[in-house]
Amino acid sequence: MRNHKVRSYAVVLAASTLLLAGCSSSSDDAADGAYAGPLKDTPGTINVLAWPGYAEDGTTDPNVDWVTPFEKETGCTVNVKTYGTSDEAVQLMQAGGYDVISASGDASLRLIYGGDLQPVNLDLIPNYADIFDNLKDRPWNTVDGKNYGVPHGRGANVLQYTLGKVKEPTSWSVVWEPNSPAKGKVTAYDSAIYIADAAVYLMSTKPELGIKDPYALDQTQFDAAMALLKQQKPLIAEYWADYTKYIGAVQSGSITVGTSWQVIANVLNGEKATVGATKPKEGATGWSDTWMISSKTEAIDCAYKWLNHIITPNVNAQAAEYFGEAPANSKACALTANKDHCKLYHAEETDYWSDVYYWKTPTEQCLDGRTDVKCLPYAEWVKAWSSFRNS
Amino acid sequence: MRDLLNKRAGARAATLISLPLLWLVVLYIGSLFALFITSIWQIDTFTSKIVREFTLQNFIDVFTDRAYFNVTIRTLFVAICVTIICAVIAIPMAFFIARVAKEKSRPVLIALLITPLWASYLVKIYAWRTMFYPEKGFINWLISPIGLSSPGFGIFAVIIGLTYLWLPYMILPIYAGMEKLPTSILDASSDLGAKSARTFFSVILPITWPAIIAGSIFTFSLSMGDYITVQILGGTFQMLGNVVYQNFSLNLPFAAAVALIPVIIMMVYLSSIRKTGALDNL
Repeated sequence: MRNHKVRSYAVVLAASTLLLAGCSSSSDDAADGAYAGPLKDTPGTINVLAWPGYAEDGTTDPNVDWVTPFEKETGCTVNVKTYGTSDEAVQLMQAGGYDVISASGDASLRLIYGGDLQPVNLDLIPNYADIFDNLKDRPWNTVDGKNYGVPHGRGANVLQYTLGKVKEPTSWSVVWEPNSPAKGKVTAYDSAIYIADAAVYLMSTKPELGIKDPYALDQTQFDAAMALLKQQKPLIAEYWADYTKYIGAVQSGSITVGTSWQVIANVLNGEKATVGATKPKEGATGWSDTWMISSKTEAIDCAYKWLNHIITPNVNAQAAEYFGEAPANSKACALTANKDHCKLYHAEETDYWSDVYYWKTPTEQCLDGRTDVKCLPYAEWVKAWSSFRNS
Repeated sequence: MRDLLNKRAGARAATLISLPLLWLVVLYIGSLFALFITSIWQIDTFTSKIVREFTLQNFIDVFTDRAYFNVTIRTLFVAICVTIICAVIAIPMAFFIARVAKEKSRPVLIALLITPLWASYLVKIYAWRTMFYPEKGFINWLISPIGLSSPGFGIFAVIIGLTYLWLPYMILPIYAGMEKLPTSILDASSDLGAKSARTFFSVILPITWPAIIAGSIFTFSLSMGDYITVQILGGTFQMLGNVVYQNFSLNLPFAAAVALIPVIIMMVYLSSIRKTGALDNL
């Protein structure tokens, strides 16, 4: 009797495995686990999780639209959802329901190791060939020799200041030091990853701490960064994660200086120049973003087409110019509306990027290669940030 | 089936209440239970995914970190302030509508009272945000002639914003309580020589007290759990809801442990007011 029951379970199990296998045959695995292709012209719907300004479909500005042409060309429908911090992106991606994501380095590894992303077969993405070489096969988009996506663009988290209110700063000291002329009107990014910004400042003001990589902090270095954040708190008007709220606060004058993205400055300068943005002498944190595909997507063909479309030279040029960052496609530089765009954002200069520290996820094993100490993993950063924000 | 229902009154009642009961058990008790279970799990520190293994670490973190004690106290303070201010504004308003205003105009006044509830919560809070802007805001413009300047964003703005949002929830139960007040008692009070102030404090207030408590349950619990108003009006100020919001994406079990604090506070609050009879007034 008992045996009989077990056997019937086994049959059901086998049957359902077969069924599942049948369902997932559309994403049949190649040798390295990536989609083998060739791409089919099946219409589908992809849900895109993107940084604001990365996948514009004309709803922000009718003239800024590179989603609709894609939809017309491929027959794929695109729904765009934007997010404010990498942490939010990781949470949304883990919850499921999104097919492609533009992930920064501090989100991508967490998602790859969590099994939320699939390796990408670059042969199916012809535009990949034109990507700048120094963005290919980097630790935040490639794991164990497998590529997990296509680079989109990169930039520095700039220091933004309101013209006429704050003299053009050359140093981050204006947001960290108690004697800041903008006291009470400073803003900072509301995420644990902002601790790295404190570390970047400490790298040049307190060299004795020996910080080499702002994402590889041992306990002493981490404590120093937290102390700097505590020193900064009285200067802060608001922490920001929602960029539209940030824009409103700058327009009303309640925030005059703080860390920002070039796209925010560009929106603020839409009608007339109101803010400036600069990369101070200490360097800055930054991002290098990659378009990646969910391991659970059901619209694999549309997802690949999206990855290829978004790094087409002219689309990459539009997106990079709209967001205000360096494009990843080397041919994009010739197609920007402002011919100086790539020069402005240093897309082709290797030197400029030497003091831009791209977001990545801190781990217990120090990312700078030290083995004599343990570094604080990101979970500890989050804990400290939460405690700090509520102290 | 129909015969069975007709014959058995008990079966009829059971069928009637089964759906609401299911709703109550699954959605309310069930989610509270899920919250509790989540709070004793842990996460993979790298991918932030939940690992279903027992730990008390989340509670240890919540109760040993001074920051979370402070934020609990601040949240309680805001909730109490909002409740008191709402009561102080609501009692005279409810009294006016229930007792002073002409009977014909009462429905109109009540309708006016709840008009703010027709607009979206976010619209109202963003309106307060523009009013509270430190330099260009309406409040600054209003009080700068008398030498004051806008307090800007922070705990004060949060209390004002929440008071504005929850005021109707305080007025309505108090109005209902005062409307039930028999005129004969008020007449008796004045016949015995009590002035209006005395009548108010010795007669009206004690009788409507359960209604006030009923209103306070709304204002108190809604304030305890709010985080959006705090985000928009709070500046760097944070409440318990913000701690949950900040942590739920990366450390859900910890967020769940924090979320249990307001649940516990509300349970203590509700059980302590059960004797006042206010719960009968809901």
